[in-house]
Amino acid sequence: MTRTTLLQARSLTVHRAGAQVLEVPALDLRAGEVFALMGPNGAGKSTLMLALAGLLPPTTGALHFRGQPLCSRAEIEAYRRRMTMVFQDPLLFDTSVARNIGTGLKLRGVPKDELRSRVETWARRLGLGALLDRPARQLSGGEAQRTSLARAFVLNPEILFLDEPFSALDAQTREGLLDDLGHILAETGTTTVIATHDQAEATRLGHRLAVMQAGRILQMGGLREVVNHPEDPFVAAFVGMETLLKGQVLTCREGLLTLRIRKESGDRELIAVGEADPGQTVLVGVRPEHVVLALQSDNLTSARNAFPGTVTKVIPRGPYFRVELDCGFYLTAFVTDQSLSELGLQPGSRVTASFKATSVHLIRKEGLDSEL
Amino acid sequence: MDLIWEGLRKALELLLTLDPEVLRVTLLSLQISGAATLVSLVIGLSVALVVALNDFPGRRLVIALLNTGMGLPPVVVGLFVTVLLWRSGPLGFLGILYTPSAMVLAQAAIASPIIAGIGLAALQQLPPGLRLQILALGASRPQMVWLLLKEARLPLLAAVMAGFGGVISEVGASIMVGGNIKGQTRVLTTATVMETGRGNFDIAIALSLILLVLAFSVNAVLTHLQQRSRRS
Repeated sequence: MTRTTLLQARSLTVHRAGAQVLEVPALDLRAGEVFALMGPNGAGKSTLMLALAGLLPPTTGALHFRGQPLCSRAEIEAYRRRMTMVFQDPLLFDTSVARNIGTGLKLRGVPKDELRSRVETWARRLGLGALLDRPARQLSGGEAQRTSLARAFVLNPEILFLDEPFSALDAQTREGLLDDLGHILAETGTTTVIATHDQAEATRLGHRLAVMQAGRILQMGGLREVVNHPEDPFVAAFVGMETLLKGQVLTCREGLLTLRIRKESGDRELIAVGEADPGQTVLVGVRPEHVVLALQSDNLTSARNAFPGTVTKVIPRGPYFRVELDCGFYLTAFVTDQSLSELGLQPGSRVTASFKATSVHLIRKEGLDSEL
Repeated sequence: MDLIWEGLRKALELLLTLDPEVLRVTLLSLQISGAATLVSLVIGLSVALVVALNDFPGRRLVIALLNTGMGLPPVVVGLFVTVLLWRSGPLGFLGILYTPSAMVLAQAAIASPIIAGIGLAALQQLPPGLRLQILALGASRPQMVWLLLKEARLPLLAAVMAGFGGVISEVGASIMVGGNIKGQTRVLTTATVMETGRGNFDIAIALSLILLVLAFSVNAVLTHLQQRSRRS
C-alpha cells in the first residue's frame, strides 16, 4: 500500500501501578484504512487506543500525527480536536439527542445554523431523524449507540477510534449498526481504529488486523493474511484455527509438506501447505469450517487428508453445530443442521474427517519444543 | 395554651404590619447566609473538582476530612473564627469581629465542607468514562469541567440546598462572631434565642415562622429548578 501514514507510534509503553500493561514498539495508521484491534478482555486494546487517541499519556514513546510530534499539551489538545472516540458505553449527556450530537461542534464554536444542519444530516444518516428532540435517557441501547456514533461522525474526524462499540448490544441491533457503520466508513473513507473481541466484526469492517494479548501485539498485518496465516498459536486460536498440531517435516516439495504427527495411538501423516526443511518441527493449524465429515462406510473423499475418528461432542452454535472429534488428535468441524441429521451424528459416531492440503496452514517453524 | 395563641396572634400582627425591625433582621439573615452559600459554592466546588479529577497521595484522607467537615459543630467554628479574628489574633488586623463579614466567614466555614462533600459525591457518581468521552469530543479542560458540572447539576443543587439550609438555621457561630448587635449583626436565629430568653415569645414565634417560611421558599425554588432540569 502506498497510502500515507496518518498516525505513527513508536516504542509506546504504559505502566499502571508499577506494572507494564502495554508495549507496542511500532504502529503506523494509514490514511483511509480501518484498523481492527482484536484480543480477549484485558489484552490492552483499550489502553492502546486511549494512548493513540492522546487521552492517556504513555509512560514512554512518541506519537506523530501527519508527521508532526504530539508532545506538548497544546499539541495534544489540538490533535484531540481532529480525532474522536466512541466507547462501549454510549456516555450520552443528560439532554436531547440533537444537543448530544451537537456537543462537539458547540465546543468548537461552530455557528448555530451550520451546527443544526450538520446535526440533522448525521442524525438522519444514522436513523435518528425522528428522535432529535427525545431525551437521551429515554433511548434504547441501540439508539443510544447510534447517537454516540452520530456525535462522532458529525465532527468529520480525521481518525475515529471505536472501543468495542457494539459489545453491549444484542445480536440483531448489532447487525443493523454494523451494516450502517460499514456503509458510512466506505463512503466517508474515515481512518478508523476499532477494538473488538469479535472476529466477525473485525473481518467485516477491517482492512488490517492486529491481535493483542497481555499488552503486546502478537501479529499485525492485512486482514486475510492474519486470519489465514497466523504466526502464533494464540493468534491462530483467536482467529478460529481450533486445531493446532505439532509435526515433523518428512518431505517438502513445491510448497507441500508431508508431516508426521506423533500421538500415543500411533503416528499420522498429514499434507500441509508451507515451506520448511525436512526434519524440522513445525506447527500447523486447521479451521473447523474446512473440515468435512462423512460416515466411515461412505469413503468418498478426494481430500488429501482423511482420518477416521469418533465424535466426542456436538455443540449447537446458532445456525450450525460444532463437532469435536478424536482422530488420534483433537479436531473440530462445523456442520449444518441438515448434515448433522443426515449423518446422524452424535457422541460415539464413527466418521471420516477430511480436509484439503490447502486448508492446513503452517503457523510456525521454530522454538516449539518447550511449548504446547 | 393562651401563651401560644397569644404568641401566634402577635406574631401574625408583626408580620402583617411589616415590622421594620423584623424586616431588617430577615433581610440581614438572607444576605449573610446567601453570601456565605455563594462563597462556599466557589470553595466547595473547587475542592470537589480537584479531588474528583486528580489522583494524589493523601486523596483518601482529604475525602475523609471533607466528610467529617460536613458535620462541623457551628460552635466550634464560631470559637475558631473568633480566635482568628480577635484583636490579638492572626487576622485581628482586619477588624471585622462582630460584623456581618465575620458571620459570612464563619458560615462559609460551615457550608464549604458540606458543598464540597456532597459535590464530590455528585461528581463521583458520573460514569467513569465520561471525562475521557468529553475530552475525546475536543473539549478544553475548562470546557470539560463545565460539561461535568452540567451533568451533575441535580445533585449539585442538592449540595447548595444543604449548604444554605445548614447556615440559615445555624445560631452558635453567628452569635459568637456576630455578637447579635441590634441593627448590625442580629439575624433571625440569634434574635430568636434572645427574645426567647427574655420571655418575648410572640416575637420569637414570629421570627421562627419567618425562618421556616424562608428555608422552605429557598428550597422550593431550588427544588423547582432541579425538577425542571430533570424533565427537560
